[in-house]
Amino acid sequence: MNKRIIVYILGWVLIIEGAAMQIATLTSFIYGEHEGLYFLITGVASAVLGLMAVKIKKPKNMVLYQKAGFAATALSWIIMSLVGCMPFWLSGEIPSFIDAFFETVSGFTTTGSSVLLNVESLSHGMLIWRSFLNWLGGMGVIVFLLAIIPKLGGQQNIYLMKAESPGPIIGKAVPHMRSYAALLYGIYIGLTLLELILLLCGGMGFFDAINTSFATAGTGGFGIHSNNIAAYDSHYLQTIIAVFMLLFSLNFSFYILLLAKKFKQAFKMEELWVYVGIIVVSIAVITINISSLYPTLFESFHQSFFYVSSIITTTGFGIGDVNHWPALSKAIIVIITFVGAMAGSTGGGFKISRILILCKEVKKEFALLIHPRNVKAVKMDGKTVDHSIMRNTSVFLVVYMGIFVLSFLLISIENKDFLTSFTSIAANLNNTGPGLGEVGPVGNYANFSILSKSVLIFDMLAGRLELFPLLLLFSPSAWKKS
Amino acid sequence: MKIVIVGCGKVGTSIASELNSAGHEIVVVDINHDAVTRLSESLDVMGIEGNGATYEVLVDAGAQSADLVIAAAARDEINLYTCLMAKAAGVQHTIARVRNPEYTSDLYRVKDQLGLSMAINPELTAATEISRLLRFSGALEIDSFAKGIVDLIKVQIPQDSPISNKKISQIDILKGKVRICSVERGSEVYIPNGDFVIQSGDKISIVSKSDTAARFFRKINVAIGKSRDVILLGGGKVSYYLAMKLLKSGANVKIIDKNAERCTELAELLPGAVIIHGDCMDQDLLLSEGVEHADGIAALMDYDEENILISLYLNDVSKAKIITKVNNTSFDSILSNLNFDCIIHPKSLTGEYIARYIRAMQNSLGSNIETLYRLNDDRIEALEFRVKNNSKVCGIPLQKLNLIDNLQIICINRHGKIILPQGSDSIMPDDTVVILTRQKGLNDLDDIISRH
Repeated sequence: MNKRIIVYILGWVLIIEGAAMQIATLTSFIYGEHEGLYFLITGVASAVLGLMAVKIKKPKNMVLYQKAGFAATALSWIIMSLVGCMPFWLSGEIPSFIDAFFETVSGFTTTGSSVLLNVESLSHGMLIWRSFLNWLGGMGVIVFLLAIIPKLGGQQNIYLMKAESPGPIIGKAVPHMRSYAALLYGIYIGLTLLELILLLCGGMGFFDAINTSFATAGTGGFGIHSNNIAAYDSHYLQTIIAVFMLLFSLNFSFYILLLAKKFKQAFKMEELWVYVGIIVVSIAVITINISSLYPTLFESFHQSFFYVSSIITTTGFGIGDVNHWPALSKAIIVIITFVGAMAGSTGGGFKISRILILCKEVKKEFALLIHPRNVKAVKMDGKTVDHSIMRNTSVFLVVYMGIFVLSFLLISIENKDFLTSFTSIAANLNNTGPGLGEVGPVGNYANFSILSKSVLIFDMLAGRLELFPLLLLFSPSAWKKS
Repeated sequence: MKIVIVGCGKVGTSIASELNSAGHEIVVVDINHDAVTRLSESLDVMGIEGNGATYEVLVDAGAQSADLVIAAAARDEINLYTCLMAKAAGVQHTIARVRNPEYTSDLYRVKDQLGLSMAINPELTAATEISRLLRFSGALEIDSFAKGIVDLIKVQIPQDSPISNKKISQIDILKGKVRICSVERGSEVYIPNGDFVIQSGDKISIVSKSDTAARFFRKINVAIGKSRDVILLGGGKVSYYLAMKLLKSGANVKIIDKNAERCTELAELLPGAVIIHGDCMDQDLLLSEGVEHADGIAALMDYDEENILISLYLNDVSKAKIITKVNNTSFDSILSNLNFDCIIHPKSLTGEYIARYIRAMQNSLGSNIETLYRLNDDRIEALEFRVKNNSKVCGIPLQKLNLIDNLQIICINRHGKIILPQGSDSIMPDDTVVILTRQKGLNDLDDIISRH
């Protein structure tokens, strides 16, 4: 494995993170908080370390194979989280290291599960950094690097994109990786600004609006109030947030097609319609199911719409407790936690396109039962899905279930109730954040043991990087020379 | 530039990697999933899976906004059809890989319908390159331009040359077949007219029909290291094209091939060559056929390993210039450690060739120029124009045109036929004209006429 190129990429990641931290330094400075110092120190140290890695260990060749690409991406995420948690820990605002690390990983992986009992006690700098983690993790730091650094990863930089971008099929919509990454970030920034403006129009304060936009864009779900989005008691604001959660959970290829004026192709995406279908049905069923709990049908629709949108996009914002909802509604919420968003979005979960491919595979298998010699091609969007993609999707399901089972076993040592244990794993592996029971939208992860928190940290990273890149780090053969 | 390449085989791959490193935006198309995946993962290009000869797939690959479509699939007919579809999708320029020479000669008739800027034949390109190496190994530089139909050969005039201290108009050797295009003297570059006096030590660049250049050089006492007795090992397509070219320039050609049927075929196609039926790996046979005394030997068999082995052996026994054909480029670094005269990669040659053409095309974007090549350290421009119906230079004999200084019309391409123009020739509509000039920034063919 070309270890030098991994060090080189990690160096750039540290530089970017050091620079990004200055947003928090600046915020602290504006609000006159001395905590800005911790961001300044960590940021400078990170950037210096990064510069050293980039300058001193510059790789002789930029050839990057799949193994190194995956390892570089997975290591980047771990190192980013380690550096990112330093200000929380050093300043003493989150006194325990594991809690600070948990909070940072939760931010970067856009999970949004928190260990903080009182988030309002944090200083402004810490709050904006927490939200910005959501934003940066949403589209990904590696994609950002690909957009700004020419020739990063040489000709084979598709492997970096593959490791970080969610979904079974990763392709470029434009020939040059750099312009593709820039295009993705362009759309991302554009949509974030649009949300910011619409929130400001609804009368939200600037600091709140910017934090909320960051957390929505990454489908992260960090709020800056203890009662999360319920703090903004306005149907307009909550609806705007719900709609933007959905917008950020669409496959970004959709926007690229719209920008290229290929409307027909854009609206022909099978994944889009399946996604819309699941959302509409979920909202409808939950609205009827919970109608007796709320004064008006409109209010139950509003609750249902916000919550479905928050969970299926794996954002995890909350506008109130849902533990008192009927079993059917809760079941739907657990199911859509697993389903997750569209591939190629900032959302997490198993991904609609994978489910689609698996369903088609099942259909093909059934056809083979009836006509054993039947030859059939699995198609998506009119194109044949290659066998390697189907195989990969099936294996993904197995590994996904394996990690789930193992994590569930480990977290059961905690001896919490079944619902809490089960949904905490589901919520973190799918990068959603809130589960049900103790970890519902109004609860949090503060009183889990260190072991449980470590398991959840692993789940969050595995979920965000879609299992394989992270698992590769633990495979001894990946680190052998030959 | 935005370029779509249809076909991800060896040729497609070599073109893609050559153009990708030049920074162009490339989309590759192939019907084979594995081929597309391999290429789009190893290069910074976008891959589209599908039949590149269909309109829908071409549009999907962005042909509508592309500057160029290159059809490099295995079959000629499909490539030409791809060009037709690409043109229908709105592409201005296409390049097709056409291997069958019977098609190549007719292509000018459908050039406009296909938007065809160039037809490439990898085997022919390789043969041209090898024949150059064999015929002009002593030349200082050979520049090929105007899509490879014109070669500019640069040589140095020796002390005892019969043409030194003579005006160009007085040099009557092979008049009309050879043209002196530029002269480098010290640090100056001249585009000479008839009154220019050649001195010994000058470096002159000439354009000629390929078969006459060698005779011209011999007459002016320039040693160009021409190979007279050439042995070709292996009787494939490259051998055939190469033999044709060598025979035309008057060399003795011997081809050895182990396939009896192919030998018969070659004997019919190439009556001037000596065809030997036998195993090229048989050392006794090679010695008895006189490899020791040959001037040039080209190992052109199907397998790289055989070509490499036999070349190493020949290096020991013969003083000939040895040319080795190697298809696989992956082991280049090892080969360069061994002592080979010349290694030819037919497929990557095609890539370089197209890349050179595209550079020329890019230079000429936004003007009426078809292609623009920069020669002699960028001090001279070779421009290729397509002549329009209303051009001021049409139909007038060249000697009556009042051309600007430091400019020469070096050749006219009339429907695929190359004319080295005399004073009495004139330019016709629909020709393409290559001019050589020191004047930069010429935009239109009419600009070559002096305003005075």
